[in-house]
Amino acid sequence: MRLLHYILIFLLSVAPMRLSAAGGSASFDATKTIFDHLKDSYEWHITTIGGKHVTIPLPVILYSEREGWAIFSSEVFHHTDSHRGFSIAQEGAAEGKIVEQDDNGQWVRPLLDISITKNVLAIFLNALLLVVLVLFTARWYKRHGCHDGAPRGFVGAMEMLITMIVDDVIKPNVGKQATRFTPYLLTVFFFILLSNLMGLLPIFPGGANVTGNIAVTLGLALCTFLAVNVFGNKEYWREILWPDVPLWLKLPVPLMPFIELVGIIVKPFALTVRLFANIFAGHTALLVFVCLVFITAAVNKYLGSAMTIVSVMFSVFMNILELLVAFIQAFVFTMLSAVFIGLAHPVHHGEKDSE
Amino acid sequence: MSILLPDFGLLFWMLVAFGIVFFILAKYGFPAITSMIDERKRFIDESLKSAREANERIANIKAEGEAILNAAREEQAKILREAAATREQLIKEAREKAEDEGNKMLQEAKRLIEQEKEEALCEIRNSVAELSLSIAEKILRKELSSDEAQQSYANKMVDEAVAQKADKK
Repeated sequence: MRLLHYILIFLLSVAPMRLSAAGGSASFDATKTIFDHLKDSYEWHITTIGGKHVTIPLPVILYSEREGWAIFSSEVFHHTDSHRGFSIAQEGAAEGKIVEQDDNGQWVRPLLDISITKNVLAIFLNALLLVVLVLFTARWYKRHGCHDGAPRGFVGAMEMLITMIVDDVIKPNVGKQATRFTPYLLTVFFFILLSNLMGLLPIFPGGANVTGNIAVTLGLALCTFLAVNVFGNKEYWREILWPDVPLWLKLPVPLMPFIELVGIIVKPFALTVRLFANIFAGHTALLVFVCLVFITAAVNKYLGSAMTIVSVMFSVFMNILELLVAFIQAFVFTMLSAVFIGLAHPVHHGEKDSE
Repeated sequence: MSILLPDFGLLFWMLVAFGIVFFILAKYGFPAITSMIDERKRFIDESLKSAREANERIANIKAEGEAILNAAREEQAKILREAAATREQLIKEAREKAEDEGNKMLQEAKRLIEQEKEEALCEIRNSVAELSLSIAEKILRKELSSDEAQQSYANKMVDEAVAQKADKK
């Protein structure tokens, strides 16, 4: 029954696309629809009922040389194309982003754009939910002694996940310093897992492509980068700057140190791209299956109706697959972070295997 | 490809949000949970250990009890055996004693009977002697009632005596 509900909700959520497809242009632009759903935006479009858009307007926060700080609601772009000289670019490299005209009449991005966009709001909501969930779990532990036995229900599930990450990922990979990095790695794991799962929800608090956005994954990778390199011990830096290789590999031209330094940069880059690409691809596949209906409907009404069944079946399959991916990607990110942190704490002159 | 270019604003807010979440969870969330889980793990390990020890102790006590029971059973068997032997001995002794007594009594009776017999025989002999004497007396008196007879008897006696004397010579 729950699955049925889920499918129904999903179908309802795709209904607006059908309306716009039917009411708008005759041909259905699948690529644009898909990318609009994947991309960040200045407002959160929830649904369209009877041609009326239901959106959450979000604050735009800009700083430009011309205007200084500019804070206004993104709602203004419903009524007008330009507000205080700012407008949303319809094409070009900054498509969908707010741009302003510089002195030469060129459309450029403002100096600073820290608007609360759809993804930012989604991150805030996810962060809030994560804090509430973990503190709720922690409260159980503060109220119970170890003689009260294991928790049940939600807290038990959280404990299962935490125990799994701590015992199977953090302790074997990080080594001696495990307790020091446990809070960070657990936060990363649950943040990614929750964001992935929320991204799979088709309607408002979820549905944002948070972990499928490269800025978000870059942020996470930067945190891991800091955790690795700020807390790396002397031996780690010695192995990077003065590795145990023949002298000619490091003296006139610091070949090996250079390769090692590249390795430092590559690690977070790999983390960034892996998570981003996996979640992005998942969302894209899901959207493609949904769009299948409208693409075929544009060709033939009956074919489109028949395609609904296929589409829903594929979407259900993809959703289940994405549930798996949501967990696996969170797990992999945490595991790789743990491995990198572990490698930054070599104990003695061990074999070099930082890559 | 704007999708592949990280947006600064989003990155900024992401770092801010993640930093706050990390700070809160690292301070109030996860350490409380993990330390408690570790503590419980330790508690469970200890409980298992003490349970195993208690089990061992119980097993020891059981074995001990069994040993005591076995010893008691052996002791009992021994006592029973001894009691049986004693009984046998007693019965045997009693029987021997009874036999001895019986024999003794029998011998005494035999002896008494013999004595009585002897006495009786003696008496009979005496009475027979007396009787024969008296008979002889009577016979003699009757035979020697005349002088002739007395004379002939005396003669006869003398003859005999002479004969005897002669024989002796």
